[in-house]
Amino acid sequence: MLSEEEKREIEEEFKLYPDKKAASIEAMKVVQKHRGWLSDESLRDLSQILGLSVEDLDGTATFYNLLYREPVGKHVILVCNSISCFVMGYNEILRAVSDRLGIKYGETTSDGMFTLLPVPCLGTCDRAPAIMIDKDLHRDLRPEDLGKILENYK
Amino acid sequence: METPLTQHIRTDGAPLYLKEYEQTGGYQALRKAVTMQPKEIMDMVKDSGLRGRGGAGFPTGMKWSFVPMGDKAPHPKYLVANGDEMEPGTFKDRLLMEKKPHQLIEGMIVSARAIEADVAYIFIRGEYIEGAAILEKALHEAYEAGYLGKNILGSPYSLEMHIHTSVGRYMCGEETGLLNALEGKRANPRAKPPFPQSSGLFGKPTIVNNIETLSCVPHIINNGAEWFKKLSITGEGGTKIYGASGKVKRPGLWELPLGTTLREILMDYAGGMQEGLKFRGLLPGGASTDFLTEEHLDVNMDFTNVGKVGSRMGTGTIIVMDDKTCPVAFVHNLEYFFAQESCGWCTPCREGLPWVEKILCSIENGTGEMEDLEILEFHTKYLGPGNTFCALAPGAMEPLQSALKYFRDDFIKHITEKRCPWRS
Repeated sequence: MLSEEEKREIEEEFKLYPDKKAASIEAMKVVQKHRGWLSDESLRDLSQILGLSVEDLDGTATFYNLLYREPVGKHVILVCNSISCFVMGYNEILRAVSDRLGIKYGETTSDGMFTLLPVPCLGTCDRAPAIMIDKDLHRDLRPEDLGKILENYK
Repeated sequence: METPLTQHIRTDGAPLYLKEYEQTGGYQALRKAVTMQPKEIMDMVKDSGLRGRGGAGFPTGMKWSFVPMGDKAPHPKYLVANGDEMEPGTFKDRLLMEKKPHQLIEGMIVSARAIEADVAYIFIRGEYIEGAAILEKALHEAYEAGYLGKNILGSPYSLEMHIHTSVGRYMCGEETGLLNALEGKRANPRAKPPFPQSSGLFGKPTIVNNIETLSCVPHIINNGAEWFKKLSITGEGGTKIYGASGKVKRPGLWELPLGTTLREILMDYAGGMQEGLKFRGLLPGGASTDFLTEEHLDVNMDFTNVGKVGSRMGTGTIIVMDDKTCPVAFVHNLEYFFAQESCGWCTPCREGLPWVEKILCSIENGTGEMEDLEILEFHTKYLGPGNTFCALAPGAMEPLQSALKYFRDDFIKHITEKRCPWRS
């Protein structure tokens, strides 16, 4: 069941588009904001208010990098794996995060704190290598910086 | 040297909000534009020589001129600002959205007026969280000040503007993919024709322009087409926000006259290579442009001249490759990106890119064979222009075909030595 708050926020999104279906991505983002991810049940609930089939919604949800169809940890770490970060030492950054948390891409730490995912170019290439944790951008990274950064999210 | 796009950007990094923007001449172009006929605005932009700054370089005024105008035109018409910026190595639109949000909004209102649009969307990639928040605030200010909404500045013209934050896919940068994303669907490309100008968002006439392109528009209205033309060194109008990333001394962004040479950008602005490193090549405008090497550094960076030496200016943000970086690994990284981001809509791209990626991975790991080079060559032709639904795969082939040309010896060395010479 969608909460009243979720419904209200989705209604707000409807105002920005000429038809409800167009707000489907926004609606999924609302649910993900509140629940962290999109469950089968959430897609069923959304399909009813959007007038779309569950399959249509799932097709959209699975297409986009930042919509999650599996539970994620409290914090999502996005590691930029594109070219400028690659040149500037992406591999060492990934290794530092991965070793420190004991997880690989697509995995979540056993305490449910962190999920590790790759992300295409974060658009901050003059300050590579870069990662994002939740809403925060961390740039000009050195592998030794990661310990302190991750500590702040615990 | 005039730098209209980046002038007045605050040195403390904070965005230029309404009051300061107005104090530095902001919204004067809009005041002028509401008294002008749409055709006058369109002609001015046409005469300025402004070409799309998203990478394709299509003349902006000409793009607008395909929109049906007058009483019989279908409505609502739409203007969409493309702030998806997912081209690897590109970080210029982020600057304009985060630092001068009102310049973009003003440019959009003036451009919307030129095509008599009723609704405008700013399409911004999901990872640009700060930029979206800044634009949200600026948009609110613009509504409060009467620059948006019903009867703008007391004129008969009305425009609504909204922000759409995306959820990540390179395909959203392709204009028809972007329109599908805005309609809440997968960002697959659409067949052209019909072109978005006649049947775009929700089947209505739509213009999609890049952030930097739209940010140029207020300055053209304020200072005239001739002034804009003369900003550049070569025949194409305006300034350009160039950038450099990779192992140069001073990576960054610089607004320079369009047509500044690659050498000046690389040596004078980016400061040349870091100590102990040698220059091997660069991608002039993002991941989907052909490599250029030492011999090309005196080329003027504009659409025409970079085209003449076999590449594209693209987004104008260069990615530099040094001699301690393996060219095969470099290209493998690029092709991995393209293979991941292929939307899967058409077969050559969906099947071809992962194949290319696997071969490059194999060569990099020392298990490649000479025959693989022929397979790669084959793909550069069969995934090239005309064989796929959109420009993603042809773009992906540009760095590959030029790497096979300029760094062929490095590929061969991997195969004959059965290892990557750059790995110890």
